[in-house]
Amino acid sequence: MSLLDKHKFIERNATLLLVGSLLVVSIGGIVEIAPLFYLENTIEKVDGMRPYSPLELAGRNIYIREGCYVCHSQMIRPFRDEVERYGHYSLAAESMYDHPFQWGSKRTGPDLARVGDRYSNEWHVQHLVEPRDVVPESVMPSYSFLKETPLEITDISMDLKANRTVGVPYSDEMIAEANADLKAQADPNADTSALLARYPKAKVGDFDGNPAKLTEMDALVAYLQMLGTLVDFSTYDDTTGYR
Amino acid sequence: MADKHIDEISGVETTGHEWDGIRELNNPMPRWWVWTFYATIVWALGYTILYPAWPLVNDATRGVLGYSSRGELVTELAAAKTAQGAILEKLAAATPEEIIANPELNQFATAGGAAAFRVNCTPCHGTGAAGGEGYPNLNDDDWLWGGSVDAIYQTVAHGIRDAVDPDTRIGEMTAFADVLQPEEIRQAAAYVVSLTGNPRDPSMVEPGKQVFLDNCASCHGENAEGNRDLGAPNLADAIWLKVHGEEQIAGQIRAPKHGVMPAWTTRLGDVTVKQLAVYVHSLGGGE
Repeated sequence: MSLLDKHKFIERNATLLLVGSLLVVSIGGIVEIAPLFYLENTIEKVDGMRPYSPLELAGRNIYIREGCYVCHSQMIRPFRDEVERYGHYSLAAESMYDHPFQWGSKRTGPDLARVGDRYSNEWHVQHLVEPRDVVPESVMPSYSFLKETPLEITDISMDLKANRTVGVPYSDEMIAEANADLKAQADPNADTSALLARYPKAKVGDFDGNPAKLTEMDALVAYLQMLGTLVDFSTYDDTTGYR
Repeated sequence: MADKHIDEISGVETTGHEWDGIRELNNPMPRWWVWTFYATIVWALGYTILYPAWPLVNDATRGVLGYSSRGELVTELAAAKTAQGAILEKLAAATPEEIIANPELNQFATAGGAAAFRVNCTPCHGTGAAGGEGYPNLNDDDWLWGGSVDAIYQTVAHGIRDAVDPDTRIGEMTAFADVLQPEEIRQAAAYVVSLTGNPRDPSMVEPGKQVFLDNCASCHGENAEGNRDLGAPNLADAIWLKVHGEEQIAGQIRAPKHGVMPAWTTRLGDVTVKQLAVYVHSLGGGE
């Protein structure tokens, strides 16, 4: 009983009680969260993941700015109904360069984790301009202004640098070429071989149907069209990722 | 303080705490509550032994049952495949026409095709397959590339103007802006409108017909009835896919827009494509 009698000491010292409560409550969090940072199998080993190209990153910023994540998740859970509808379940590796991740928590619209390559650029533009033109029952707002809004970015390399600070492996070359790459990816006449060497599988060419103008629509569609397309599942052994 | 004190009224021991003469009874917890609490602890221990739980240095304990949500998914998908295995094999071996002729296969393929359609096709062709601006209605009997189940199968499998598939359907209309005079284009548009409606200037129809016969009939046919081998639309049936009215028809003649449908075999596999063809064929316009 002698040790239990000591609680009076803690209860009469508000600061000590606060610190003690915090310690107890944080144990649960630490046990669940901290191991994810050091366990080697948290992030699957996959082929094909690369940082976002500058245009994709700009599109991703628009995706976040417009709050797309409020209605669209980017997380295919390992359930039969989801896998049959959306494709292979999402891997942790697929969002390892996401800061912040876009898993979302609600699906008013469908999951977008593998929307890349699923529809044509024209479909995306048409759908973003007036969703009901292609999906009559849609409740999505119209984003037609994206097509009219020029992509105004003073220096996208700052975004790359910020991402590098938090661990995304952007090389010095990628950062130096960032502003040129941003324009080249949406320019149907540009030489994109260097861009594609830096960012394999990037979609290039005009996205919004207006090659003369680099708009926010170009960036957003470029981002949507690469979602979930990077990982090479032919070389990925599912059983290594069981947990 | 630590001295035992028994409450005079209830006869229950108090905790020994006292505030302004008020004391707290030290009633024991109900037995059922205490045992439920112990049971949850035992349950938790058993759970962490059976299922993945404790983080270690390089890995976490896997649990003696070897359960993982991803592993369970693979088992579940395999079980579903086994359950459908026999009929899927029959579908793989049969041609789309044979599937329609066999009631059992037809029923399965129509249901499976409907499910695949909802996932993959509705974004363009609509939930009810009624199409939309630039995306054909699949319920009617107006077909660009043919409405037999084999023709539909070919279209779904290899797509239309697919960038990669070598067997994709390709039909490209010439941009007549560089070929015809602006006046001739307006005349041709007036003629095309006259086939199903009223052009703005009836006097342009006659010269327009000549322009049509000289330039358009080779693909769209002398009576503008279209040509399915080329994907050239029927212009005489008042069904318009992309353009409405004389201005837009003239625009299409000047610089044609072409729709794209992806090839689906590589994404969905041949069996699903067959089911899709059977489903689309069943919608009403199948030939």
